Amino acid sequence: MNQYRGIFTEGLWGNNVVFTQMLALCPLMAVTTTATNGLGMGLATTGVLLASNMLIAGCRNFITPDVRIPVFVLLIASLVTLADMAINAWLHELYKVLGLFIPLIVVNCAVLGRAEAFASKQPVQAAAVDGLAMGLGYTLALILIGGCREILGSATLFAHASLLLGDSFAFLETTLIPQYKGFLLMLLPPGGFLVLGFLLAGKRALERRAQQRKTRLAMNPNPAAGQTAAL
Amino acid sequence: MRDYLFILLGTALVNNVVLARFLGLCPFMGVSNKVDSALGMGMATTFVLTLAVAVSWLVERYVLIPLDIAFLRILAFILVIAALVQFTEMFVRKASPTLYQALGIYLPLITTNCAVFGMALLNVQQPHSFLQSLLFGFGSALGFTLVMVLFAGLRERLALAEVPETFAGAPIGFIVAGLLALAFMGFVGLPVK
Repeated sequence: MNQYRGIFTEGLWGNNVVFTQMLALCPLMAVTTTATNGLGMGLATTGVLLASNMLIAGCRNFITPDVRIPVFVLLIASLVTLADMAINAWLHELYKVLGLFIPLIVVNCAVLGRAEAFASKQPVQAAAVDGLAMGLGYTLALILIGGCREILGSATLFAHASLLLGDSFAFLETTLIPQYKGFLLMLLPPGGFLVLGFLLAGKRALERRAQQRKTRLAMNPNPAAGQTAAL
Repeated sequence: MRDYLFILLGTALVNNVVLARFLGLCPFMGVSNKVDSALGMGMATTFVLTLAVAVSWLVERYVLIPLDIAFLRILAFILVIAALVQFTEMFVRKASPTLYQALGIYLPLITTNCAVFGMALLNVQQPHSFLQSLLFGFGSALGFTLVMVLFAGLRERLALAEVPETFAGAPIGFIVAGLLALAFMGFVGLPVK
């Protein structure tokens, strides 16, 4: 159980696909004009990642190392074809927004990366946990960036969620500032790069602060003990 | 003739693969530390991208549509690209060992370059003829190479600049890319579709 928790937190934050590994950037930038699109793309990727990790972990003993990469790519491509058709059938509005980027999950380095680095060496359950955690970590990053761009660009959050993801998501829709004039730059391509740059810098600042606190504590666990040691 | 020129300019500058369509960001961030390697990556991608777009057009027109199996497009195209990359690698190694030495390490990376796959998919969604497809692929590859080299040049200067510690490395890279994208938005004014 503990081992799974480690895998989970590692995938969700410690080894986050975007903020740490810097993979899968293309869909990240392209679809995150709103948090809703980010959520949809994230869930689609999570589904594929979970399925591909489980499938590859299940087949890992039958695939010889020499041909593993082509086999992985074909397995992932079949799964993506299924996801593509499913989203087209049941979430057609979302399909129209995400468009090209659903087929592009095939060449998402994160999916093949996890297949190669984790699923090809681990049992099915661990691979499933890893796929789920990595996918949710990616979804988190997509929502973060989509949310920042949407708030800055049009002062709404999760706009059109009921339209794109189904009526049960309607509760997410919020308007932060009514009659906001809009800041188009954030919704245009440059905005994606700028927001990701600032978010990465923010993450690094947080980590540095945590690191400093840790070293300060390590050098000086509590003031009283420090004084006795000095004496 | 004008049409062809418009396709070339439109894909290279206005709808730039990296900065407007957000395709091929992984090599854009990963292999752009030096101008030399950026140029090598650009050349290798140009070769594969142009061929991949043309071959996938042929596959779509003469295999997928006549047999009515368009739902297998994703599988078919990824196979085409993987085969092309493999073939290119073998061919270059035989034909020109010096070029192979220059491009060698970048060639396998291209299989997972979403610019190649993305442009192949985008191309068959449009009513292009074979020659137009070829230009579509070549133009977007030119745009990719141009942006790679420009960005690598910027990053070489950036390595010497005094950047605040929190922003050093990747964060400032993204911000610079954002400014570059802003500059490329100026091309939207060109009277090219």
